[in-house]
Amino acid sequence: MKILVPVKRVPDYQAKVKLKADGSDIEREGIKWIVNPFDEIAVEEALRLKEAGKATEVIVAGIGPEDAQTQLRYAMAMGADSAILVKYDGIIDSDLASRVLAEIYKRSEYGLIIMGKQAIDSDANQTAQLLAARLNLPQATFASKVIIEDSAAIVTREVDGGLETIKIALPAVISTDLRLNEPRYAPLPGIMKAKKKPLEEIEIASLEVDLAPKVKILKMAAPSKRQAGRKVESVDELVKVLQNDEKIF
Amino acid sequence: MGNVAVFVQHNEGILTKTALVSIAVALQLKEAWKKAGVVAVCLGSGAEKACNEALQYGLDDGLYCNEPLLEKYLATTYAAALKGACDAGDCDTVTGVATTTVKDFFPRLAVMMDAAQASDIVAVNGDGSLTRPMYAGDILADVILTTDKRIISARGTAFAPAVKSSSDKKANPFSLKMEGVQPGEVVSYEMSQGGRPELADAEVVVSGGRALQSSENFEKYIFPLADALGAAVGASRAAVDSGYAPNDWQVGQTGKVVAPRLYIAVGISGAIQHLAGMKDSKTIVAINKDGDAPIFEVADYGLVADLFDAVPKFTESIKKAKGS
Repeated sequence: MKILVPVKRVPDYQAKVKLKADGSDIEREGIKWIVNPFDEIAVEEALRLKEAGKATEVIVAGIGPEDAQTQLRYAMAMGADSAILVKYDGIIDSDLASRVLAEIYKRSEYGLIIMGKQAIDSDANQTAQLLAARLNLPQATFASKVIIEDSAAIVTREVDGGLETIKIALPAVISTDLRLNEPRYAPLPGIMKAKKKPLEEIEIASLEVDLAPKVKILKMAAPSKRQAGRKVESVDELVKVLQNDEKIF
Repeated sequence: MGNVAVFVQHNEGILTKTALVSIAVALQLKEAWKKAGVVAVCLGSGAEKACNEALQYGLDDGLYCNEPLLEKYLATTYAAALKGACDAGDCDTVTGVATTTVKDFFPRLAVMMDAAQASDIVAVNGDGSLTRPMYAGDILADVILTTDKRIISARGTAFAPAVKSSSDKKANPFSLKMEGVQPGEVVSYEMSQGGRPELADAEVVVSGGRALQSSENFEKYIFPLADALGAAVGASRAAVDSGYAPNDWQVGQTGKVVAPRLYIAVGISGAIQHLAGMKDSKTIVAINKDGDAPIFEVADYGLVADLFDAVPKFTESIKKAKGS
């Protein structure tokens, strides 16, 4: 079976994002873009399924401007076989991403979609579920373990009370949580090879999806900063302030 | 003008604190968006009892469904059930607190209702916009949903729970219609060790970081401190990734968000992704060997010390102080 892995590019989490002066958006000039860490885990899982003989091909797909190629090439350097870039310069919310990805899915025969549970920029945690619903496929979100057996997936999910294991029929959508695997680094020969792997570009207009953002951002602001308190000298002093000033006990 | 459906989460008929927060959010949305009323929706075993209880918090109507298919949670069945409740209760707006359950099935419901969703909101504003954190809480965005039907998940720590009034209203049953999706099946469920308060509801949280070095040290240092305070136990992502603590203890951007009266961070350096999950706590205490650790920038009280030395002393002193 072929596995489709949607990949989003996000600003590097190690750098602090800056707001534009008018609060309309973040400052996008000079951002270092990376593969959304949860999507990187998804690529890794797809590659492991292929290496275990459970899948034949791993195809990554992204939406964005021309230079969003870089993150798709990185996924191919990790080992993905080919990539699809849906070219679009506009605002992409979860709703639009799921509409576009649904069209990409329909263009071929996939046995599984695996993708990050959330993108670490918009933090919405929606696209995998929206996509599953749009395609009327079962879903298993927040996966920490995936077993493919015949035409079913047995997925252990990270939920509030602990771990839950569910069995769903394939094709299906799985979203990844942090403990699923540790993604490999793209090896140097992989980086060289990735340059020659096929990357198909599609104009978004050809997909005939509704492009209007459904979640419209009016303005952005930095949250009020918490004031640093003070250092205490000893455990005794700490217990005293918690007891006398904070009335904790 | 339609109603607001509030997905009221319960434990075998008992309302959780999360349930009361979701009711409060629904009432705020009704006010801000001038909706006709608020309908409580309860699903699964104990749903009727939970729904009748929810009606005691100033709601207009209650709908419940406890058909066997809903006994165990699955996204497909719950989304279909809530869609059915919205049809039965004339609801064009749905809200609930962003637990893993809501995170899992609300977007599915959004597609079924042709709605858009705002995730994890922290405020309903006077102008009808909603505020939600992005970029690990580094940015707060005011957003509007442009669709007629709207789905809103709310951050549980950002709203005060609803206050009980009284009502003689009774909830009504509705029946489940599944629309051609194989629901899948729940194979097993492995609860983390219980006995302590729920992380999301706890008054006091004690969290451990990578500096603990092992799950044995969590037991030896963090658990006694937590138990002396009647606290829930949390962990940094690094501690969970290293296998020192189970996944559902992770506090942070991609784990749980907590805002207890007292948060004690032990051996946690304080990456922004961790701060995103605890910086709204009322009082923060940090114990860390490294005096320059970023956790001290948000801590009300910082103790620069070796945790293996300080924590046992701290635990004993608390026990003594409580005993006196």
